[in-house]
Amino acid sequence: MQEITKKNSRVWSRLGQRGTVCGVALLEILESMENAYVLTADLGHTSGLDRVMQKFPQRFINVGISEQNLVGTAAGLALDGGVAFATTFATFLTMRSYEQIRHNAGYQEANVKLIGTSAGFAIGMFGNTHYSYEDIALMRVIPNMVVVSPADATEAYLAIHQAAVYQGPVYIRLSDGLNTAIVHSESYAFEIGKAELLNQGKDIAIIAVGGVVHEAINAVEKLQALGINPTLINMHTIKPLDEAMLYELRDYRALITVEEHSIIGGLGSAVAEYMMGISHTTQLFRIGIQDKFVHPGEQGYVKSSNGLDAEGIYAYVKRVAESFGSDA
Amino acid sequence: MENQKKFVENELADMAQRMKRKVLDMAYHAGKNGAHLGGALSCIEILAVLYGSVAGVQAQNPCAESRDKVLIGKAHCVLAYYTALYEAGFISEEDLDSFEKNGSDFVGHPLKNIEKGIEYAGGSLGMALSVACGMAYRAKHKGNGSRVYVLLGDGECQEGSVWEAMMFAANYELDNLVIIIDNNGIQSDGTTAEVAGMRDLKGKFHEFGGEVVEVDGHDINALKEAFGTEHARKPLVLIAHTIKGKGVSFMENQASWHHSVLNEEQYHKAKSEIEGI
Repeated sequence: MQEITKKNSRVWSRLGQRGTVCGVALLEILESMENAYVLTADLGHTSGLDRVMQKFPQRFINVGISEQNLVGTAAGLALDGGVAFATTFATFLTMRSYEQIRHNAGYQEANVKLIGTSAGFAIGMFGNTHYSYEDIALMRVIPNMVVVSPADATEAYLAIHQAAVYQGPVYIRLSDGLNTAIVHSESYAFEIGKAELLNQGKDIAIIAVGGVVHEAINAVEKLQALGINPTLINMHTIKPLDEAMLYELRDYRALITVEEHSIIGGLGSAVAEYMMGISHTTQLFRIGIQDKFVHPGEQGYVKSSNGLDAEGIYAYVKRVAESFGSDA
Repeated sequence: MENQKKFVENELADMAQRMKRKVLDMAYHAGKNGAHLGGALSCIEILAVLYGSVAGVQAQNPCAESRDKVLIGKAHCVLAYYTALYEAGFISEEDLDSFEKNGSDFVGHPLKNIEKGIEYAGGSLGMALSVACGMAYRAKHKGNGSRVYVLLGDGECQEGSVWEAMMFAANYELDNLVIIIDNNGIQSDGTTAEVAGMRDLKGKFHEFGGEVVEVDGHDINALKEAFGTEHARKPLVLIAHTIKGKGVSFMENQASWHHSVLNEEQYHKAKSEIEGI
């Protein structure tokens, strides 16, 4: 495993989350763990697994266009003592093979790592067949499943390495793209299940996940210029949720979740479920995909048309802050 | 393998006979919960041959690295499966007697329990073959000589995922994988031909790249011979022709006995038929 340096972060940000996981981290994992396997459903090249397939032809398995078999085979390898990394587009991985994931990975606690690529609408013009904004909801309801959605390539690098040594099924949701924004440029104590405090503000907390964390960072900068200083949290692990961190926020005036996912069942829902179980005075707002199929387009277009770019988040938080009057 | 009890033909026949008796007892005692009788009676001999002779399972050392693995896709056949595990020394009489009692681990579809010889929690049809493929792939990669046996129902083969897995098994030349189809021709709603247009299973598996052998699934000798078929660089597919509800006149070939409750009168009639009285 490599150190987190400014240089590495720069290189990885160019590769993006998928390129860093598939082209760098998985290669290292295969080198260090002889029981590790990487499986794809005909997306070897697309996912950037070329070096993996060249260097480890026996431990790289292409099942073809058959996601159910992808997950089943991965589970078989895992139930026999292997660590199986199965990857394809998040939509096909989590939806086409949902019952295989529930039954083989969740129920039987198979040590599989499901790497969903192009989560959200990262794949732009491909449209809704290739988008996934239901996957967090689907994965987090499965018992035993851990759900992680890194904020940037560096965090994806750390998450996959940590998932490799964790015993049990993990879903890693990758927000793709090349030349992506950097959130982490130096050594960072990433830990599955431990949220990251990116800004300590007051009154309003933005809780973001995945590739839109950097949009939230930009929004916070703009808000600070107005004198609004929200707390910002990178909730990279949706399950298990960092409840200790959320507990500290229980009496904030507002919590605003931000996710490239449906507002139903994802981070916003997870936060709501936790908050409703404790004594709190806060109010929850959820930025994400409303209960609809989005109009497809480039990722930036879909983000902005759903209020998920920095400008949209900024405007939303500003509105909430203003609704509280001058004391907020 | 060394510790494996090798039954001679009569012993396997006796084993199958004990399994049938036990199957009826368990189904009867399950009472109103009912049980999957038809598809259990169709695979008694298959499981007797597997657990009594062919598969290198090791009840004394259930986690042995090099053990053969048996996975059950059509896991509603638990009556036959549990009794086979009992015969092979994996589970106790108490375990069997707890069948379908609240709190028991031995319910209508098996719970994964390696210590008890249950490699995989089957029951959701169409899933086991892919998992068996993963295990067979890993065994080949490790080179430990372990073989993987997977029992599927013919109705189960209506699941598309079976064919995804079959393509994989052939493409990766999984010659340590043996697929047994309990081809009893009947599913919950009727015959496989009527309900789903199942036709030439042999041809299908052949075209998908398997070494396919047809066998009388109630003939212990024929089964043993079929399991010995050479299948270099291919998975072996045994299409075992069987009779759903085999051995009990009012159950044979009756879809209604796929899952049903056995009343006292039926129980005694079934018992006497099984005993050939």
